[in-house]
Amino acid sequence: MDQNNTTVSTTRRGFLKKFGVTLGTLGVVSALGVVSSCNTADPNKKFRFLNAEGEWVEVDITKMDVHLTELQKRGREGIPGKKFVMVIDLAKCQNARQCMAACQTAHHLKPEQHHINVLRMENDDLTGHYFMPKPCQHCDNPPCTKVCPVDATFQRQDGIVLIDNERCIGCRFCIAACPYSARIFNWTEPKPFEEDIDRIYDVELNVPQKKGTISKCLFSADRLRIGKLPYCVSACPNGVYWFGDANEDVVTNGTSKESTRLSTLLEEKGAYTLLPELGTKPSVYYLPPRDRLIKYNYDGKNYLGEDEPDNPHHG
Amino acid sequence: MSEIKNQDEKAVFEKIKEDLLRPVKTNYWGYNALIVSLLTLIAAALYAYYFQLRDGLGVTAMTDYVSWGIYIASFVFFVAVALVGMLISAVVGLVGQKWITPVGRIAEMIALAFVMMAGIIIVVDMGRPDRLLNVFLHFRFQSPIFWDVTVVTTYVAISTLLLLLPMLPDLGIMRNHLKGEVPQWKWMLYNILSLGWVGTPKQYQILHRTLRVLLILIIPVAMSIHTVTSWLSALTLRAGWDSTIFGPYYVSGAFVAGSGAVLVAMYFIRRGYGLQNYITDYHFDKMGKLMVLVSLVYLYFNLNEFLVPGYKMKTHDAIHLHTLFSGEYSLMFWLTQTFGLILPIVLGLFKKMRKPFPLMLIGASLVIGAWYKRVIIIVPTLIHAHLPIQNVPKDFTEYNPTGMEITITIGVIATAVLIVAILAKLFPVVPIWETAHEKGVDIEKDL
Repeated sequence: MDQNNTTVSTTRRGFLKKFGVTLGTLGVVSALGVVSSCNTADPNKKFRFLNAEGEWVEVDITKMDVHLTELQKRGREGIPGKKFVMVIDLAKCQNARQCMAACQTAHHLKPEQHHINVLRMENDDLTGHYFMPKPCQHCDNPPCTKVCPVDATFQRQDGIVLIDNERCIGCRFCIAACPYSARIFNWTEPKPFEEDIDRIYDVELNVPQKKGTISKCLFSADRLRIGKLPYCVSACPNGVYWFGDANEDVVTNGTSKESTRLSTLLEEKGAYTLLPELGTKPSVYYLPPRDRLIKYNYDGKNYLGEDEPDNPHHG
Repeated sequence: MSEIKNQDEKAVFEKIKEDLLRPVKTNYWGYNALIVSLLTLIAAALYAYYFQLRDGLGVTAMTDYVSWGIYIASFVFFVAVALVGMLISAVVGLVGQKWITPVGRIAEMIALAFVMMAGIIIVVDMGRPDRLLNVFLHFRFQSPIFWDVTVVTTYVAISTLLLLLPMLPDLGIMRNHLKGEVPQWKWMLYNILSLGWVGTPKQYQILHRTLRVLLILIIPVAMSIHTVTSWLSALTLRAGWDSTIFGPYYVSGAFVAGSGAVLVAMYFIRRGYGLQNYITDYHFDKMGKLMVLVSLVYLYFNLNEFLVPGYKMKTHDAIHLHTLFSGEYSLMFWLTQTFGLILPIVLGLFKKMRKPFPLMLIGASLVIGAWYKRVIIIVPTLIHAHLPIQNVPKDFTEYNPTGMEITITIGVIATAVLIVAILAKLFPVVPIWETAHEKGVDIEKDL
C-alpha cells in the first residue's frame, strides 16, 4: 500500500471505522460495568466464580471479561429441552419460612428483600386463613420482560425468567408491570459479603447483588445447572414444594425427595395458578389449601419482627 | 393603539421594533433576581443528586412496592406541559386563529424547556444512570420506553425548529439593528442563528411552506409522545392504570396543564417587559376561553375514568377508588380536582375573570393542580398490589417523598423555568415581523 492510499483511508471510512470501534468499545465497557467494578492498575488481582460443576475457580483479571460474558451467555440460553415447573401444596404449608431464609442466604438479600415471600391469605371473611409461599411465577407470557427497554430481564428456553444486573439500567418498569410483586430493587448498597469481593457476577444466581439494579426469584437456576433442587424447595421441612420438568412430566418433592407424575398431581389435587385472569400463564401451580395440617396461627409480628396488623387482604 | 395607526409605516415599525427589542437590550433587576434564585435551587438539587448518586435511590421514599414516585409524576407533568407548544402553534394556529401571534412563541419556549426536562428527570429516576447508553446499545422495540425515547427526541427536534424557524425574520432584524447595542457575543449569536436571512419573497415563501409542514407534523408527534407516556402506566395490569382511555385522558390533561403554564408566563412576561400594548386583555380573554374549552374536555375524560370503574366496583378498582375518594389520598384528590379542574372552568366562564391577573392565578392553580394530579395518577395505584404486601417494613406501603427527592424535583422544575427565562430574555417573546405584518407594515423593505 503506497503513501497516498494510507492517507485516503484515514479520511471518511477510516474515521467511521474508528468511530465504530470507539463506540463499540464504549458499549462493551459500559455494558459490562467493568469501569466501576475492577481496578485495572493491579494485574495480579484474581477474580472468582463458581463453575458449572459448582467449584470455585480463580481467574486472572485479563480473563475476567471472558468469564463474565460466558456466564451471561450460558445464563441467557438456559438448559435445552427443559421446562421447569414448581408445584406448591398449600395444605402443607405451616409458615415455617425456611424457604425464605434459605433464599435470602443464597442470594445475599437483606431481611426486607424477598425473592420468595410467605403470605397470609384470606380469600373471603368466611373462608379462613392459609399460608401461601409466593416466588416469581416464571410466566410464559411475562409482563415484566416485555417492558424492559434493554433486554436485561428475559425468558430462557427452559421457561425461567432471569435478570442480568450487569445490563439493568434501574428504570423499575418491570416492578410496575409485575402483578405478583415478585421483583425487588437494590435501593442502596447491597448487604456486604466477604465472598462477594472480586467475585465474577453469575447471572444464574444474581450474586453479587448490585446497587441500582433489580433482583428477583431465579428458580435457583445455578442449582438446576448442577442438577439440584432450588434452595427454597430443599429447605422446606414440610413437603410443601414439588419441583421438576414439565417436558418429562415429573416433579420431585423437596422434603421427601419422592418423585411423581406432574400431570396426575395437578389433576388429582385440583391445582390452580395465581391470578389466571391476567393471562400471564405462570409456571408455578398451587394445590388448594384443603385439609390444612395446622390451624392458622398468627402472633401479630411480621417476618422482620415488626408489628403487623392482621389484615392480609391488601397490606 | 390609535396613535400608532395615524403614523406612517416606518414609524409604526420603529415603534414595534423598539418596544419588542427593549427587553433584549435592557437589564432588569427583577430578572436577575429570578435567575439567581433559580440557580440557587438548581445548586441545591445538584448537591442532593450527588448524595443520590453516591448512596443510591434509597435516599428517596420509593420502595419495592411504591417503586415510582414524584420523579415519574414530574416526568408526566413535564411532557404534559410541553404539549402546549403543539396546541397553540399547530391546532389553534392551523384553524386560522390570528390571536395566537404574541402567544405562540411563549408556548414554544415552554414546550422546548419542559420536554428537555422530561428527558432529564427520567435519568434522575434511573438506578444506573451510568448505563444510559444501554438504552441505545440494547434497545428493544417491544418496550414502551424505547417508543418514549424515540418520540421525545423527535418532539425536541421539531419544537426547536418551530421555535427557531419562525424567528428567522426577527433574527435578521436583530442582526441588522442591534450591532453595538448588545454585547458582541450576543450579536454573533443572532448573526449565526439568522442563517443569512435577508427577507426576500422567496425566503418568506420557503419559510411559510416549511412551517406549514412542521405544524402539521408536530400534531401526530405530540399526540404520540403523551399517548406513549400514558402507556407506561396503561400497558400494565394494575388497577387504576389498566385503562383504555389513558391516552386521550393524558393528552386532554396535558392541554389543561399547558394552558395554565402559558397564562402564568404571559402575565409575568407582559408585566416584566411592559408589553401591555402587545399582549393585551384581548389575548388573555382568548387564552382564558381556550383554557375553559380544554378543561371541559379533560373533565369529560375524568368522568369516564372514574365513573365507569366506580359503577362496577371490581375488587381492585374499588380499593383504588376508595383510596382516592375517601382514603389516604382523598384530600389531595379533591383539592386537585377542585382547584385544578372544576374551579378554573367555572371561573373562566365569567368575562370578569378572563382578565390578566385572575387568569394568572387560575393558571398557577392549574399548573400546581396538574403536578399533584400526576402524583395521584402514579402513586396510589402502586400502594395497592394484587397480592397482600407483607413481611416488609411498614413504610413500604406508604409514600412520603423525602427532602432529597423534593429538592431534586424542585431543581429540575427550576431548570425548566430557567430555560424559559433565558430564551425569553435572549429573543423577543413577541414576534416582531408578524406583529408588524398584522399592523400593515411592509416589513421586507426594512431588511
